Amino acid sequence: MVDLKVNGAAVSVDAPDDMPLLWVIRDILGMTGTKFGCGIAQCGACTVHVDGEATRSCVLPVSDVAGKSITTIEGIGSTPEGKAVQQAWLKMEVVQCGYCQSGQIMSASALIAAMPNPSDGDIDGAMSGNICRCGTYVRIREAIKDAGKSL
Amino acid sequence: MLDTLDVREPSFSRRTFLKATAAVGGGLIIGWIPEAGADQASLFAPNAFIRIDPAGKVTVVSPAIEMGQGTYTSLPMLVAEELDIDLANVTVDHAPPDAKHYGNPLVFGVQMTGGSTSVRAFFLPLRQAGAAARQMLIQAAAASLKVEAASLSSEPGFVVHAASGRRVAYGDLVDAAAKLPVPADVKLKDPSQFRIIGTPAKRLDVSGKVDGTATYGIDTKLPGMKIATVAASPVFGGKVKGFDEAAALKVPGVHQVAKIDNAVAVFADHYWAAKTGLEAAAVEFDDGPHAKLTTADIVADMAKAAEKDGAVARKDGDAAGAFAKAVIKVEATYEAPFLAHATMEPINCTVHATADGCDVWVGTQVPAIAQTVVAKTLNLPLEKVRIHNHLLGGGFGRRLEVDFIEQAAQFAAQAKFPIKVVWSREEDIQHDMYRPYYYDRLSAGLDDQGLPVSWQHRIVGSSIIARYFNIELKDGIDVDAVDGAIELPYAIPNVLVEYVRHEPPGIPTAFWRGVGPTHNIYVIESFIDELAAKAGKDPVEYRRALLQKNPRALGVLDKVAEMSKWGTSLGPRKGRGVSVQFAFGSYFAEVAEVTVSDKGVVHVDKVYAAVDCGVVVNPDTVVAQVESGIIFGITAVLHGEITLKDGRVEQSNFHDYEMLRIDQAPEIEVAIIKSSEAPGGIGEPGTSALTPAVLNAVHTATGVRLRKTPIKSADLAVSKKE
Repeated sequence: MVDLKVNGAAVSVDAPDDMPLLWVIRDILGMTGTKFGCGIAQCGACTVHVDGEATRSCVLPVSDVAGKSITTIEGIGSTPEGKAVQQAWLKMEVVQCGYCQSGQIMSASALIAAMPNPSDGDIDGAMSGNICRCGTYVRIREAIKDAGKSL
Repeated sequence: MLDTLDVREPSFSRRTFLKATAAVGGGLIIGWIPEAGADQASLFAPNAFIRIDPAGKVTVVSPAIEMGQGTYTSLPMLVAEELDIDLANVTVDHAPPDAKHYGNPLVFGVQMTGGSTSVRAFFLPLRQAGAAARQMLIQAAAASLKVEAASLSSEPGFVVHAASGRRVAYGDLVDAAAKLPVPADVKLKDPSQFRIIGTPAKRLDVSGKVDGTATYGIDTKLPGMKIATVAASPVFGGKVKGFDEAAALKVPGVHQVAKIDNAVAVFADHYWAAKTGLEAAAVEFDDGPHAKLTTADIVADMAKAAEKDGAVARKDGDAAGAFAKAVIKVEATYEAPFLAHATMEPINCTVHATADGCDVWVGTQVPAIAQTVVAKTLNLPLEKVRIHNHLLGGGFGRRLEVDFIEQAAQFAAQAKFPIKVVWSREEDIQHDMYRPYYYDRLSAGLDDQGLPVSWQHRIVGSSIIARYFNIELKDGIDVDAVDGAIELPYAIPNVLVEYVRHEPPGIPTAFWRGVGPTHNIYVIESFIDELAAKAGKDPVEYRRALLQKNPRALGVLDKVAEMSKWGTSLGPRKGRGVSVQFAFGSYFAEVAEVTVSDKGVVHVDKVYAAVDCGVVVNPDTVVAQVESGIIFGITAVLHGEITLKDGRVEQSNFHDYEMLRIDQAPEIEVAIIKSSEAPGGIGEPGTSALTPAVLNAVHTATGVRLRKTPIKSADLAVSKKE
């Protein structure tokens, strides 16, 4: 059994040590907002926060996060940064198919928590691990700046 | 199995009739049916476009599916405009599999979302349904208020009697309205009266996409469900030879190993156990006849096929004769690679097959075809197969195919529980159905002014249309493969366009984002630039000279030239390139600005697009789709290439099948030309216009003309430049 704290709630899961956190979240805890995209930390769809840091959950063994605080897309709206990012995403009409956007929002909210007024270079650095096949990048950039300003 | 599937709707006819009826539990239902005498009962929920309930809430059952393109907003806008309701009062439902009611009139009546057709196909039917419902509500109000219908008008959600100031909510009228006949003469609003169409509307499908609550097919959860993952033969046409079932079953959480002809699946408590179990199973395959196939073999065959005359798709005058007499002759060969779709949501399908029938949870662009293939696979009557469609985590043509639905049904038939089949990204890239490889030969003859008097274009590639719709090609022409090539926007007196159907062995091909035009516009707009260069003319001026009789094409070209400050200098190793097109019913011009590093790496700095897509429904969606199409196109021109070695797809995941990322994305500026012409498509033209604009810009920046994509930096490195 591995003890985790997910979106503020303590949970205990029966999972092999090497099982990536992504599948624990999706297939054991049944929280499907965090997405599977590539399985090799190349696309960012699975991004969650571990102790506030944006992390690719598809390659993160669950045993590595025992006792740590995990935030997923389902919980990020209760942080000021997460809420600001979600609102900016809606205001700027960022979303198209939406599949990658959980991961985008998790990366973006970690970014503006660390730096509310990111430069274009900061945004490139924090967001280039998140692929969007619909190509919403122009709006993601605008929305991050908007969200940062609203904080 | 799929070879024998006839996907066309046999009873499809363009004659359809509006019908209305009462909803079970109260309310009005209105929609289109194919025959005047059809059973009223067939209109009962959910098989109709529009339901208005007694609380005044409106549900639009969308004939087109939502895969990010904004259809779940733009189609309800059409209804809301004519019905006169606020968009905020509308919810959207996924349509059930039912081509009779939801068939796409632009694609043989197939229930299909694709080809940038949704607004074009449903612009009138949805408005007419909304307008008819409004007229019936007014009739019902006239009876209830005991006034002439002509004295009534509407405000969003209400019928209003201005003379007395009385207002009746739609919800209070629906039951009476449902008893009335559908008006024979449905009057549509004059476009000058539009208050919703043409104004930016907030998307209806996105609130759940920012908080994790939106559900895609891959998010399906069912009691007792197991997760499956699959290994299919890495060589197309190969078969399963053997596997270690015991080793797979030893993995904790694994329940079952199942085999079909060409693939093995492991069913487990969770994806991780399924994946680990599948690795333990160490499946071996007989590779079959394509074990040694390479892309080079396929291309060599296509080059040979390109020597033959093709089926004539367009013939004006005598192109060969004019070429022979031309002052300047230009010839070129262009190639376009196989491409994967790489939707962000990996391929998945959940199936629960029981003695009673079958339920399928999936995201598909073709619900009725999905139903048909499952019924055939499981030998069930059609009505025993229930398709539960979802939001799609990207489509781009991949989810027009039902190969994975058929496969999931074959595995589910071996399970005593529901199974959710989820392909790994590697399986997704290596068992896609790919955008065809195209091999094009072009020649043009120029007059003493440098203008083309002869244009010959021979297209060699597989026929998706023949396979997909299971039809014989009329006169040997695949209408999609030549789309964008036969309707040249330019005035050229002698034109010959030919199509040579050439089916590559060992690799399945399929639709892609703008498949025909995306390849043809790339070729044509690159070649036009070659002609301009040969004639010593500016690429924009050259095109202008050929567009004098095409005001809409000229309009977008002039606009994009103005936006991009065409003609001003950008500096060394930088350049602008232009493209113009008429495709999907829309006129487009794009200018790309690129920088090419000394090592030959291309960065697209900025893209300008001028768009004339006729009447615009949701302007923000038009801009979003153009942005999206441009990024999709840049991914393809810079990175996109699927290759075969030893019969296997060499690429496997995003590290070797790369996507454009935010740090490489250009600025994008889009201008929409105001137009009252019929609506055109918008999902794909941004992509088709992009590749030639970038390649032409690369030519300006480096002097190197590229006739093959994706761009290889070695071709552009400074040391290579002579």
